[in-house]
Amino acid sequence: MSAVSRGEFDGLRGRTAEREVRIYAEALSKQFQVKKKTVTALDNVSLTVHEGEFVSLVGPSGCGKTTLLRIIAGLETPTAGTLTMQHKNPQQPLNSMVFQEHAVFPWMTVRKNIAYGLKMRHVPKVTTEKIVNEYLVKIGLTKFADSYPHQLSGGMKQRVSVARAFANDPEILLMDEPFAALDEQNKLTLQQELVRIWEETRKTVVFITHSIDEAIFLSDRIVVMTAHPGRIRSTFQVDLPRPRKIEEVRSNPYFHDLFFEIWSQLKEEVHKARELEGIEGGA
Amino acid sequence: MQEQTAMEPITFVVRGTGVKGAGAGLSPASRHRLFGLAGPILLLVIWQLLVMTNILNPVFFPAPTQIVSEIVNNLTTGQLQGDVWVSIVRVFWGFLLGAIPGVILGLSMGLFPLVGAILDPLVAALMPIPKLALMPLIMVIFGLGETEKVVVLLLGVVFPVIINTAAGVRNLDRIYLDVAKNYNASTWQYYRSVAWPGALSMIFSGLRLGIGMALLLIVAAEMHGALSGIGYRLWYSYTMFNISGMYVSFVVLALLGFIFTMLLEEVEHLVMPWKRA
Ligand SMILES: Nc1ncnc2c1ncn2[C@@H]1O[C@H](COP(=O)(O)OP(=O)(O)OP(=O)(O)O)[C@@H](O)[C@H]1O
Ligand SMILES: [Mg+2]
Repeated sequence: MSAVSRGEFDGLRGRTAEREVRIYAEALSKQFQVKKKTVTALDNVSLTVHEGEFVSLVGPSGCGKTTLLRIIAGLETPTAGTLTMQHKNPQQPLNSMVFQEHAVFPWMTVRKNIAYGLKMRHVPKVTTEKIVNEYLVKIGLTKFADSYPHQLSGGMKQRVSVARAFANDPEILLMDEPFAALDEQNKLTLQQELVRIWEETRKTVVFITHSIDEAIFLSDRIVVMTAHPGRIRSTFQVDLPRPRKIEEVRSNPYFHDLFFEIWSQLKEEVHKARELEGIEGGA
Repeated sequence: MQEQTAMEPITFVVRGTGVKGAGAGLSPASRHRLFGLAGPILLLVIWQLLVMTNILNPVFFPAPTQIVSEIVNNLTTGQLQGDVWVSIVRVFWGFLLGAIPGVILGLSMGLFPLVGAILDPLVAALMPIPKLALMPLIMVIFGLGETEKVVVLLLGVVFPVIINTAAGVRNLDRIYLDVAKNYNASTWQYYRSVAWPGALSMIFSGLRLGIGMALLLIVAAEMHGALSGIGYRLWYSYTMFNISGMYVSFVVLALLGFIFTMLLEEVEHLVMPWKRA
């Protein structure tokens, strides 16, 4: 069943120009009211994400990345603007999010946590077990399947959180700094694993990260956001061939050029963010 | 002030201790319990010595050995078991009939803002009334019998349980609600998979407070208009000026408190396996 649709999918990808739009955010703004003060988290953000595209958002801390992702996930409503999304197969969940904070349930075992989405939509037990076991292997936590989160390290918990989103098999994956809490070795392993899975499944992904390396290695497109309030500053197409291998990507001269170009822009925004903080702190 | 002299190097040595809690020997928990026993035993020994040397007046402070022989006496006549059983049954029903509605009300107040808005002020207003003050009224309404005792107890149990349960639901980390929403949990699934397990820890604090209240109130309730139970026996001993008899009741009450708390802890472990170390 999925093999057929994947075939069609690849056909679509061949004609990039005609790729379907899956997420269309038009002039989104979001303001928070905090004790009579209005905080503008997002200001007039427009973003288009196509079918099967891997898009990363980078930007200084506090620029509104999480807010944008939460609006796409339907957990927050925009103050202004519109968000249009395509839900192609109602049998499949539209999106699953990997949260920035530790969001695994402390009262469920690793296995139960990974199975959460499947259980919520009443997937048969046998199927669930098969999928969960698969992901336990992928994240290297088979031995901890029946442990509770408080028995795991921070990085292990984050892996559970990633597996929970993947196991749910949504049309769109939203990931908020999923690897930020991981040690370097596990990060590299999981990045490679993510690329591998993604190249197999070609899901639509919106990915937040602070790491430019990570963004380049994973993405088709990188969106740089401005410091507070968040706007979109620029977009970079990542024309690295797939399948990607970390070693190959990192040794590619194109990688370095792109890295420095993104960094030079990001640097400005980070400085701006610091200045803003300085002003606010001084007042 | 000490004068700072030339720096002496200090060497720290940290030796391996083996895996804690593994292998032979006592676990830290049981070692803790063992030390916990030392305190009361020491107290009893000192008490006994003070009575034997007549520093303590044995009329008011009968020696532990005398209390033990009094307990043995009461056991052989079967009176003690009878009283304990009657009280346990009352505490059981009072606790259960207070705890169950308490949890249900607390959960609804925490989960449904409207219910919370209606009941919060009511609970806040009723809670501070000492339940003992209500006893005469309850006695008038229900007469002197088992129902009256159970009602007094359940009134004492229900409030701490309501308040803790509601707080448990309300203080749940918002992120868990977001996860449930993101994974399309239905309302019912949210209650089952997030709200209930997330609030359990607070629910059990409420239950522990409730047990304490029940034990406090059972004594008072049985002192008036009862012909059996530990509270009754305590009052009876007083009217007979049987002071060592009073001490028997104290010992039994302490034991009951200990046993109920232990039982609750066992249940908590069973219901919340993720809390176990
Ligand atoms: N619920 C909220 N209430 C009030 N202000 C909020 C809320 N959520 C976010 N903000 C504010 O909106 C701005 C953007 O926050 P957001 O979490 O989206 O940033 P971010 O880009 O994800 O940052 P980081 O990289 O540190 O995770 C911040 O100034 C933050 O203080
Ligand atoms: Mg964030």
